[in-house]
Amino acid sequence: MHELSIVSSIVDTVTESLAAYPGARVKEVRLRVGVLAAVVEDSLQFCYGIVTEDTPLAGSALVVKTLPVMAHCAPCGRDVEIASIQSLRCPRCGAPATDLRQGRELEIDCIEIVEKSGGIA
Amino acid sequence: MTTRIVELRRGILKKNDELAAGLRQRYTAAGVLVLNLVSSPGTGKTAFLERTLRELLASGARAAALVGDLETDNDAQRLAASGAPVRQINTHGICHLEAEMVGKHLDGWNLADLDYLFIENVGNLVCPSSYDLGEKIRVALLSVTEGEDKPLKYPTLFNSADAAVISKIDIAEPCGFDREAALWNINEIRPGIRIFETSAKTGAGMHEWYAYLAEERANVRA
Repeated sequence: MHELSIVSSIVDTVTESLAAYPGARVKEVRLRVGVLAAVVEDSLQFCYGIVTEDTPLAGSALVVKTLPVMAHCAPCGRDVEIASIQSLRCPRCGAPATDLRQGRELEIDCIEIVEKSGGIA
Repeated sequence: MTTRIVELRRGILKKNDELAAGLRQRYTAAGVLVLNLVSSPGTGKTAFLERTLRELLASGARAAALVGDLETDNDAQRLAASGAPVRQINTHGICHLEAEMVGKHLDGWNLADLDYLFIENVGNLVCPSSYDLGEKIRVALLSVTEGEDKPLKYPTLFNSADAAVISKIDIAEPCGFDREAALWNINEIRPGIRIFETSAKTGAGMHEWYAYLAEERANVRA
């Protein structure tokens, strides 16, 4: 259950980035999360509702894009998608997948904000 | 009212990752080999580490340990009996160690005086996998009492490990431990990983582990 720490980091990062957009409200926060990142989306969503209360992120939606494991398969000479994290093997030739190229991501891709119009100060 | 998309492209644990990168530089500059030991509660991390510390000290090497637990300093007391410098990190409810906690607990230690630093993580097979502590080697431990399919149940942790240790092999038989299945499963999750089959009680398999430590330590200096 480290999702709480993760959500707190998200709130900190997003709040910092809002400094450049005074008065803006956050509508959506979009994440990229690899299947090997060891986070559970349900827990993230649960914590998100609680942690964002009374922050500029209150009421915003958390959108999680899940990324599969991609590995470079040397025998096949190409990147392949690994369907199951219970067996890290190339789906084409069965070679062990040791050179992972994707699947551990845990990042904020972008945020969607609503700015006040007529912002001429 | 206008909406706008702001690209951030930032690692959520960037702060931890940056601190860990700083620690890694310090470790390398000091020539100390740092290992992060991760397992479920009850796998025998402390017993394994106790034996390892005694052996290393007896062989003239300089080793120290940081040990993470939610509460109590029982493990630190056990490990300190080996004669090695040991510090307890109490996380007070946090289920994993973070780079910042490690950094704080290194204050006052001259890393250049050490050959090995072991970090015993909080007993947990999920959360520690996300937190880099700047270690060179992450060791995932699994005891024969836990079931051969544990690597399949916790693939994220086992996949992030650099070495795996099967502990308590002295009681493998009464536990009905299926060795072949365990080795197979670990290899399915982390193909090609070094696996050590050990008993901290009898010392079985520990020599291969010590040889590996010496080898990796030599690489840090190189």
